[in-house]
Amino acid sequence: MAASLLSHGMRRCSAHTCAAAVAVRRGLSSAAPPSVFIRLLLKLNRYFYDVEHIVGWNEWARTKLVRSKNTFFGYAQQRFGDNIGAAYYILTLRGSFRFAGQTEWFRPDSRGRFSYDFMSTPDAQIEEVDLSGTIINHNGLDNLVKQNKLQSLSLRGCPEVDDWFLARLHVFGESLVELDVSHCPCVTVGGLAALQNLRKLQRLDISGLSRLQSPGLVRILLEEMLPHCQVTGAEYEQGLIQPDTREPTEEDHEASANTGVRHL
Amino acid sequence: MRTWPNGLALHCERRVSVKVIGVCVFSLNKNTSLTTIAMWRKLLSSVPAFRAPKAPCRSFKSSSRRAEKDFNKDLEAQFRAFREKAAAAMPGSDWSPFELTPGLPPERADVVIVGGGVVGWAIAYWLKRKERVRDGLRVLVVEKDPTYSQASTVLSCGGIRQQFSLEENIHLSMTSADFLKNINNHLWVVNEEPVDLQFNHSGYLFLASEKSAHIMEENYLTQRHAGAKVALLSPSRLKERFPWINTDGVALASLGLENEGWFDPWSLLNALRRKAVSMGVYQCFGEVTGFRYSSNVAEITDGDFVDVKRIKYVNVQMPNSLEYQPVESAVVVNAAGANSGKIAAMLGIGLGPEESISGIPFPVEPRKRFVYVVHCPDGPGLDTPFLIDSSGVYCRREGLGGNYLTGMSPEETEEPDVSNLDVDYEFFQEKVWPRLANRIPAFEQLKVSSAWAGFYDYNTFDQNGIVGLHPLVPNMYFATGFSGHGLQQSPAVGLAVAELILDGGYKTVNLSAFDLKRIFLREPMLERNIV
Repeated sequence: MAASLLSHGMRRCSAHTCAAAVAVRRGLSSAAPPSVFIRLLLKLNRYFYDVEHIVGWNEWARTKLVRSKNTFFGYAQQRFGDNIGAAYYILTLRGSFRFAGQTEWFRPDSRGRFSYDFMSTPDAQIEEVDLSGTIINHNGLDNLVKQNKLQSLSLRGCPEVDDWFLARLHVFGESLVELDVSHCPCVTVGGLAALQNLRKLQRLDISGLSRLQSPGLVRILLEEMLPHCQVTGAEYEQGLIQPDTREPTEEDHEASANTGVRHL
Repeated sequence: MRTWPNGLALHCERRVSVKVIGVCVFSLNKNTSLTTIAMWRKLLSSVPAFRAPKAPCRSFKSSSRRAEKDFNKDLEAQFRAFREKAAAAMPGSDWSPFELTPGLPPERADVVIVGGGVVGWAIAYWLKRKERVRDGLRVLVVEKDPTYSQASTVLSCGGIRQQFSLEENIHLSMTSADFLKNINNHLWVVNEEPVDLQFNHSGYLFLASEKSAHIMEENYLTQRHAGAKVALLSPSRLKERFPWINTDGVALASLGLENEGWFDPWSLLNALRRKAVSMGVYQCFGEVTGFRYSSNVAEITDGDFVDVKRIKYVNVQMPNSLEYQPVESAVVVNAAGANSGKIAAMLGIGLGPEESISGIPFPVEPRKRFVYVVHCPDGPGLDTPFLIDSSGVYCRREGLGGNYLTGMSPEETEEPDVSNLDVDYEFFQEKVWPRLANRIPAFEQLKVSSAWAGFYDYNTFDQNGIVGLHPLVPNMYFATGFSGHGLQQSPAVGLAVAELILDGGYKTVNLSAFDLKRIFLREPMLERNIV
């Protein structure tokens, strides 16, 4: 009985620790003061190797899901071909896609289950992909690099999409027409600069990017960098310091239109 | 019990019980101790005079309460002072009866890394990563300047590229880029913010003139073979892609597509340092002024006799003081950057007779390079790559406000003086600006906002890194001489040196081509393009 109590206690403790470690990693960067349990855990982490290991394991466990979802699906690609491998990968991640030449989208249902109808057309290349809300990162893009007819990619609200991911999108430089990176918390200007390799891009959505400090200026610079692209999601006056005294004028598409912006 | 007067008997009984309570809960609860003290006080004051008994449970509510309170406060203060002194004297505090110099390194360390730049801290981090037993290796990093005011790491432009002509350089750079990609998996510390390198993925753009276009094509094949993502552009494609470039005299251009760009070197240095210190690396701010070594005479194959020195102690001198600590160490790593030649000379490398191996000096010396920050409101925009012209001028965007970093490597004959870090603006006016304005016409009108100078740890032999053991000093590893590429290769070099020290050979990246023996065999490994 003591053993079961102990194990129950440890499991509860480890559950607490899980929750705590998650909060340790993410919550401490927020302004809210950490809870008593987290403070105690951090204090113990300084003194005891056991606690340090537990926090480390939890960190590993937390990233395990991301890592396992973003491996290279080599077997599928080798056995069924690149297109089916990519399609299977997208559906496993709970994304959806549409083949070129077809109108219907292949989507998983709310519980992640999907039909295997896509396997009937092994030669069809993928034209539109919707990966919004998935945990894809730059490693997972290995599965999609062979899709050179990809025209539209939506990465709305993906928490693991960062600048390195955007830098890898150069492989779609000849075909990508529409890209949506709105509400991705890890994307910064350095990654948006890498979009210069997507010369065919016509629609780009950069709304809700929290790490951009002057979204209006970034929109101007992107429009200058990609002349045929229509950039949505940021107003020209976003990021200006004195929006009430200055009229939101139509800035011309030059990098010189930054006299009003003092902080970057 | 004997027949005492009533009150005292009562007190006596109470005394026993109070003593028990006092002992059990001493110093856990301030109120309880106050009560105890009050009770003791009551007891002591009541013994000489047979006072009228006061009910014990109400004895702490006496009439002379204020005097009591002051006395209790004093007593509390004295107890607290006593407790603090006791804690200070216990082990675990840093009080000692002898006056100790603060910041001395430990007396003994397994590996001493001379130089606290990005290469030194990368080696320290990887050594700790690879030790199989906790605290199995005591690593000490010795850095001369705590402000890093002259360190090459922080004065660098921060670029990383894979466009080299030597495969080893490409592999080093790619491994480092992979490290930076996953930097938070490597360098995250509990309760600290995640590392943000501010990496700009704009790529490098090399421009080649007619006579070097064939070199660029060969390099392109090497780079693609090694796995780097590079694209070649003809002058017309170049003009279409970057309309602000003047393509006169450009025969071919090479643009890096992935894993190339620039970042903040200070963030990388601090991230490596923070993680290494959290793993138990000792950090000491002091200057290495000498070594104590044991010498043995060895005979080399052609009959010469040389002194082989084995380092026993590293003398670390404290800043602004004559005091030094000899650190007994097994292995010393020379990652001192521009000062590596000085460290090597302390061991007599290069001071022997000229014909012998000990007469060849260590070929790393500081070379000053200038970086100018210019402001040009009509300059190129967000797509500006790190442009490197065939004339040697380089330029990259800095921030979003129309600022650019620019500079050029001077000719061999016109190397500036290295005794200080003063900037020569004439060099910009006469050498850099004309070439820059020729290549980017918008830069004909610009303003120099500021400038700084930094040292390259310049390898005078072949301008590539030197990694490995010296034949005359069998326990000193060298990781220096990167001639401007140290920052971008540092994570991979750290891993390679850690593998060399702990595993005896390279596992991830094979740097045997960068060994010191090429200096003695006089076989330079030259890179075809160097900035």
